[in-house]
Amino acid sequence: MNAEQALIAYVLRLADNALILGQRMIEVVAAGPELEEELANANFALDFIGQARMLYTCAGELEGQGRSEDDFAFMRDEREFQNLLLLEQPNGHFGDALVRQFLFESFYVHLLDGLTRCSAPGLAEIAARAIKEVKYHLRHHSQWLIRLGDGTELSHARVQASLDDAWQYTGEMFVADAVDTVVHESFAGPDLEAVAVLWRRDVAAVVEQATLALPGDQAMASGGKDGRHSEHFGFLLAEMQTMQRSFPGATW
Amino acid sequence: MVATSVSVEQVYEWLADVPDPEIPVLSILDLGIVRDVTVANSVTVTLTPTYSGCPATEAIEASVVTALEKQGVEVAIKRVLSPPWTSDWISDAGRRKLLQYGIAPPQESGSIACPQCGSPQTERISEFGSTACKASWRCCDCLEPFEYFKCL
Repeated sequence: MNAEQALIAYVLRLADNALILGQRMIEVVAAGPELEEELANANFALDFIGQARMLYTCAGELEGQGRSEDDFAFMRDEREFQNLLLLEQPNGHFGDALVRQFLFESFYVHLLDGLTRCSAPGLAEIAARAIKEVKYHLRHHSQWLIRLGDGTELSHARVQASLDDAWQYTGEMFVADAVDTVVHESFAGPDLEAVAVLWRRDVAAVVEQATLALPGDQAMASGGKDGRHSEHFGFLLAEMQTMQRSFPGATW
Repeated sequence: MVATSVSVEQVYEWLADVPDPEIPVLSILDLGIVRDVTVANSVTVTLTPTYSGCPATEAIEASVVTALEKQGVEVAIKRVLSPPWTSDWISDAGRRKLLQYGIAPPQESGSIACPQCGSPQTERISEFGSTACKASWRCCDCLEPFEYFKCL
């Protein structure tokens, strides 16, 4: 894999992460527990969809074969998506969705920070735009984790269970494969080992403040970065892609 | 009209009449999203989005094209991300217009004054509002709810 190919794959992964998480969040639009959360979720989802659009466009330009953001989002199959498994997990209850956002954004904010200093020009600019949004999301989700963890006996128990369930999907974020390594070496991309240290520090601090227990070391699920997804993913894609699959090339 | 017969100043004057679709009291110049205007061989207007997913981005680009077409000028739109937009880019005129419109302008520190009665006794109702860039606040004196343009 040469440096250019690695960069395209890397940008596509970032785009897939943003799109799939955004899609999951969109599924619960109009089902928020209260108006403030309803608006927060919808606004945050929009940020992720917007980031996905910029990243897909960037990948298309790097690739130079005329593929558009819509081609990447709607005309690829399950195995071609390389998002993290964590992001495709079903929304579950409010605490489940919240923990998923919190764990990912705690990682994403440090990844984006590294990317603002990378030498791939388009990517650094997108990261500089996106990090402002993700910091805001993370603040919101950290506050909620603290509120639920340090809340009632019931909210504490339920959000602890959410954290325990989601933990198995966090290992994958920090395992650098060939794509990560080449982008790190050739484009001064983020060092995932360093990101892992910062992630662990930040997550531990909020979890402690939330009076929750950090899950112990355990076997970690992986495969998302290779396009091997959990069983939930096909259903997500089927819903997301139905229009373009039924009416290829439809525009509005 | 041949593009080169248009001056940069003229284009800026026209852009001053293009409103932000979500806060129409602000022009896109007040909002600070026009990064550059060039009139070399053809007219190019460089814009930056406020948020990645801002649904108004395409609408704004379309209204710039329409506004200049009305003047008989063809324009190419360039989109840049860097440096990213923050609320610091809102002009002083823009801040005054926001206040008159009933939206508290972004501020780094201090209490947020009620845009209706000017009281500094205000409280946040929700960190989220009708658009991504606004939060919902309430005045504790006149009791009017108002929107605050988030600082970011």
